[in-house]
Amino acid sequence: MSLAEINYSLLREVEQFLYLEARLADENRYRDWEALWADDGIYWVPANSGDIDPELEMSIIYDNRSRISVRVNQFLSGKRFAAQPEIQVRRVVSNVELLQDAGEEVRVGSNAIYFVSGETDDEMWGSRNEFTLRRVDGEFRIVRKNVVLVNAAKALPNLAFLI
Amino acid sequence: MNKQGAASKYADLIHSDGVAGSLYNDPDVFQEELKKIWYTTWVYVGHESEVPNTHDFVMKSIGLEPIIMTRGKDGEINLLVNTCTHRGNKLCTKPKGNARSFTCPYHSWTFASDGRLLGQAYPDGFKNVDKADLALGRVPRVASYGGFVFGSFAEEGPSLEEHLGGAKETIDRLLANSPSGEIEVTTGYLKHKVKGNWKLLVENETDGYHPGFVHASVFMVSDSRINELYGDKSTSLSRDYGNGHTEIDLRPEFRKRGEELSWFNTNKERLPEYVEQMKAAYGDEKARQIMIDGTPHVMIFPNLFIAEIQLFVIEPISVSETVQHVTAIQFKGSPDINRRLRQQTMGSVGPAGFLLADDSVMYERTHQGLKTRTGYRTYTGRGNHRERLDEDGYLVGDSTDDLPSRGIWKHYKSLMEAGK
Repeated sequence: MSLAEINYSLLREVEQFLYLEARLADENRYRDWEALWADDGIYWVPANSGDIDPELEMSIIYDNRSRISVRVNQFLSGKRFAAQPEIQVRRVVSNVELLQDAGEEVRVGSNAIYFVSGETDDEMWGSRNEFTLRRVDGEFRIVRKNVVLVNAAKALPNLAFLI
Repeated sequence: MNKQGAASKYADLIHSDGVAGSLYNDPDVFQEELKKIWYTTWVYVGHESEVPNTHDFVMKSIGLEPIIMTRGKDGEINLLVNTCTHRGNKLCTKPKGNARSFTCPYHSWTFASDGRLLGQAYPDGFKNVDKADLALGRVPRVASYGGFVFGSFAEEGPSLEEHLGGAKETIDRLLANSPSGEIEVTTGYLKHKVKGNWKLLVENETDGYHPGFVHASVFMVSDSRINELYGDKSTSLSRDYGNGHTEIDLRPEFRKRGEELSWFNTNKERLPEYVEQMKAAYGDEKARQIMIDGTPHVMIFPNLFIAEIQLFVIEPISVSETVQHVTAIQFKGSPDINRRLRQQTMGSVGPAGFLLADDSVMYERTHQGLKTRTGYRTYTGRGNHRERLDEDGYLVGDSTDDLPSRGIWKHYKSLMEAGK
C-alpha cells in the first residue's frame, strides 16, 4: 500500500481500535477484551520464529475462539496462580501501518513494547503484531492476532498476561 | 573431602522423609551434581527422528555442555561437544540443519559431521600435528532405546538398558500406542525458563498430590477429567522403578472406565483413522487394551519426562535456573491423532500453557522458600505407611503419595555419595 493510497480516516479508526485492545489487555479486563474477538478469531503467538507453520509446529499460544474463552475463563477462575498477584502491564503500540484494505477486512501491522511487573521481577517484552480486523455491525472484530515476540527463539519465562 | 566425609555430608542432608533446602540452592552442590550426575550417568539428549538423514544435526546439551547431535555418513548418531578444539569457540550456531561439515567462524577449522578434524586454515603452519588428536570432543557412550538417544560422559558404567531397568517398559508402552510402533519428534520445542532448581521439576513431574490444587482452574473451565486421576479416591499408583525413575500409573483408573482413548479425553469416534490403524497393527482385542491403558506418565532420571502426550527435556542452567524443552509426541504415520496431540500440547504447556505456567510459578516460589537460612527441611513422608511392592517387585503407593520423591532422593544420594 503506497503512501498516496492510505485511507487516513480508516488508519485513525484502526489505531483507536488497537489502543482500545491494548488498554483492555493492560488492565486485565478479560471479558471486555474477549468481546473484541470475532466468532472465528485465531490468537497466535508462535514459538521460535514467525515463519513456523502453527498447524505443524509448537506455538506458545495458538487459540481458536473457544480456547480464547477457556483462557479468559482461567484468568477469571481465581486459581490462575501464574497471574496472581495480579500482573501489572503497560504497553506502547506504535508503527501502525495499514497492510491491506480488502473492504470488509483490514490487515494492520504494529510494534509493541510491554513493561510487565509480576510477583518478583519486572520484565520487558517486545513484539511485531499483525491483526486482521473485520467490520461486524459497524464495529471492528479481531479475526486474527499474530504476536511475533522479538525473543521468540529463546527460552522464555511465564507469559501469564494478555499479550 | 574424602569419600567418608562426602558420604556423611549427604547422609545429613537427605533423609527418608525429607531433605535439606540447601540441596536446591547451594552452588557447590550444583557443581558436584554436574560431575556426579550430569557428566556421569546416562542423560537423555534427543530423539533419532530429529536427525533422520545423513549429515542432519541438531543442537542439544548434557548438563552445561553444549552438544551437537549428528547423523554421520555411516548412519550412526554422534554426540559431539559443540566447542572448536582450537581455541574453544562455539562451533555450530544454527539450532538444526543438514551439513557435511562444520566450519568454525573464528579461524576456519573444519570438522566432519562425525567430529573428525578435516582441515585447518593455512595448513603450512601445522607441523607434526595429528588431526586425530584435535577431533571434536565426543560423548564416549551413546545408546538409544526406542529411538530415545542417551549419552554418558563416563567411559564405563552400567549399560543404558541396565540404567533404564523397569522404566524400559514405560517406553515400550508409549511406542505400543503408535500403530507403526514408532514415535517422532518433529514439531519443534517450546522453551520455558523458570527460576528454580532442576530437581524441583524432576520431583513435580511425578507428584500426584498437586494437580488437584495447582491445576484446579483447568478443571473449573474445561471438561478435563484429570481431577479423577489424582484425587484422594483415585486408584492410580505412584511407582519407583529404582535408579531415580518414577511414574504415576494411571491405568487402574482408565481400566475402570474401560473406554478406548479416555486417557486422551477423547473417544473412538473422533479419531477413526487412528483406531483403524491400531486394529490393523495389533488386532481388535490388543488394540482395545492399549487404547484403554494409554501412554505413560514417567520421569526418567535425570531429565526426560514422558507426560502422556508430550516430552519434556529438563536442562539445568544454574543452581537456580532451569529450562524445560517441550514438544508434542507424534505417532509416525498417524495424522489424525497427531493433530490432536499437537493441539493439546500447545494448550497445556509452555510459557502460556494452561497447566505449565502454574507449575512454573510453584517452582519459583518453592525455590525462594527453600532459601531460608533457618535450616529448612522438606517433608516427603506422605504415604510411607502404605508403600507396598507390586507384582514385579517395584515399590508402589497411592497416586498422591510422596513415594516418587523418596525414590528420586534415594537414587540421588547414592550418586552423590559415589565417585570422587
